Amino acid sequence: MNPRRPAWVWGVVLLGALLAALLASLLLGSVSLAPHDVLRALLGRGDAGTVSIVRELRLPRALLAVLVGGALALSGAALQALLGNPLADPYLLGVSGGAACGTLVGSLLGLGASAGARAGIFDALALPFAAFLGALAAVLVVGIGASAGGRLDRGRLLLSGVVVNALASAILLFLLSFGDPSRTQTFVFWMLGSLAGATPGAVAALSVYAALSLALLLPLARAFDALTLGEETAATLGIRVETAKRTAYVAASLLAAAAVAYAGIIGFVGLLVPHAVRRVTRSHRALLLLSFLGGAVLLVVSDVVARSLFAPAEISVGAITALLGAPAFLFLLRARP
Amino acid sequence: MTVPLATEGLTAGYGARDVITEITHAFTAGRVTALLGENGAGKSTLLKALAGVVPARRGTVRLGGRPLSVIPRREAARALGYLPQGFEPLFPILARDLVLLGRTPWRTAFGAPSARDRASVDAALSEMDAGMLAETDLGAMSGGERQRILLARVLAGEPEVLLLDEPAANLDPRHRFLVIDAMRRRAEAGGAVVFSTHELDVASQGADDAVLLSGGRVLAAGPIADTLTEPLLSALFGVSACVTPGAGGRPLVSIGPTRAR
Repeated sequence: MNPRRPAWVWGVVLLGALLAALLASLLLGSVSLAPHDVLRALLGRGDAGTVSIVRELRLPRALLAVLVGGALALSGAALQALLGNPLADPYLLGVSGGAACGTLVGSLLGLGASAGARAGIFDALALPFAAFLGALAAVLVVGIGASAGGRLDRGRLLLSGVVVNALASAILLFLLSFGDPSRTQTFVFWMLGSLAGATPGAVAALSVYAALSLALLLPLARAFDALTLGEETAATLGIRVETAKRTAYVAASLLAAAAVAYAGIIGFVGLLVPHAVRRVTRSHRALLLLSFLGGAVLLVVSDVVARSLFAPAEISVGAITALLGAPAFLFLLRARP
Repeated sequence: MTVPLATEGLTAGYGARDVITEITHAFTAGRVTALLGENGAGKSTLLKALAGVVPARRGTVRLGGRPLSVIPRREAARALGYLPQGFEPLFPILARDLVLLGRTPWRTAFGAPSARDRASVDAALSEMDAGMLAETDLGAMSGGERQRILLARVLAGEPEVLLLDEPAANLDPRHRFLVIDAMRRRAEAGGAVVFSTHELDVASQGADDAVLLSGGRVLAAGPIADTLTEPLLSALFGVSACVTPGAGGRPLVSIGPTRAR
């Protein structure tokens, strides 16, 4: 892979891959559909069953996969730049632990359970909201723990994220030991990560978060580039280091919290994709944009596999991303120049 | 004589400790100034305070007569080029991309490098004899090669004032002269150059002035003929120093073994 190949070439390649993956995700599943039926269904024509499958099930799910995958990868890219640590992933700063606590508490309070059928669990907006609140609470605690004299300390950020996640695990175990097992089931399902809760509302909400975060992060690309020289040197290059760190922290956390709230904990996308993209570009503007596209492709493909491998049974998409991601990551490490 | 950079009663440090105390000195245009002193004497902290990286606890740093703290950061970034000591790249990065980061204060938030940016990068790379390293990853370089790339990054910003923390570290004799020449060229063009070093030959051959720091205070300051002297160097480093007149009126310093102070 030639790092000097312009980034837009990779952008075009990934866009093409994304369109192909989206098409596959509309065609494949427990019922395979013909391309022309899918096209007609998208326009609202054809038999009602097909229209319903395409427009109410597969399209929102495919779009949610695009947004969740993109959000996780973008969040990972921003956090790696913020922390100056290639091992950073979106869950590092307490987002996963906080969201898990929020969801479990919500489940125990009976939120989402009234929807009845398992597929309907995520339709209730209450559980994603509880997850989102939990994630934001954790992020806030981590941020307070990492602030020293008005500065966000990169080393402390990492440590307090790890500590808050550990604290969240302890709370989870505590609640799981005493909670009503019938109610913790919804939590376990969420924990595995799934896109089954895709609704137009979820797609709309995540679109807003993704657009907002991209708008916050892209102007920081130059700052991220300079931060590779260290905070002090970046400051002497005229970069507002503290503003850049705070904005990156908030945007990356919002992205991860929103993704986790609607899709549960899906691993490896936020770690693997920015790593892979770093192989083809060193500019953070390209890195952020290509990470979003790459994360979207990876999750759409993983979801198609999760739905069709043992159809009509569905595998957790988090298991697929890890199964694809872990070997791919090891390969990237081995192939490191 | 214009004074691009000066300190008045400058005190700075970390945590509870003041590392430099009450430093008052004017770094004049057209001169190269060497900062000398033992480990922990405050050379790096003074350079950081001059660069605005470490805030002044008391006193001021003035850039072109104005307090550094009121100058817009972009304007200060264009005027001051700071080379920190030691650097480990966090992510893979090509030399040319790293040197281009030196152009950051001149570039807009978006948009490709201008022709001027690219020309400055090329000029800085070739001045540091590193043109052939342009497409090499920093991680694959020797310590000295990396040092030249980092210096090129500072030069590419075309600052009026250079603040260099041990610019000659890890360099072979030929490249050490290359760095000395680059510093002298900036001073001759009307800039001010401040650098720290432990190598007295680099100080005697590269600098016009020297500031001797001891325990965070100025022990002596002035032209090298008056500061690189046997009594002052012996007192500063606790070694026996032998100074003889060298070519071009520059003192030749040789150091003997430790003796009781």
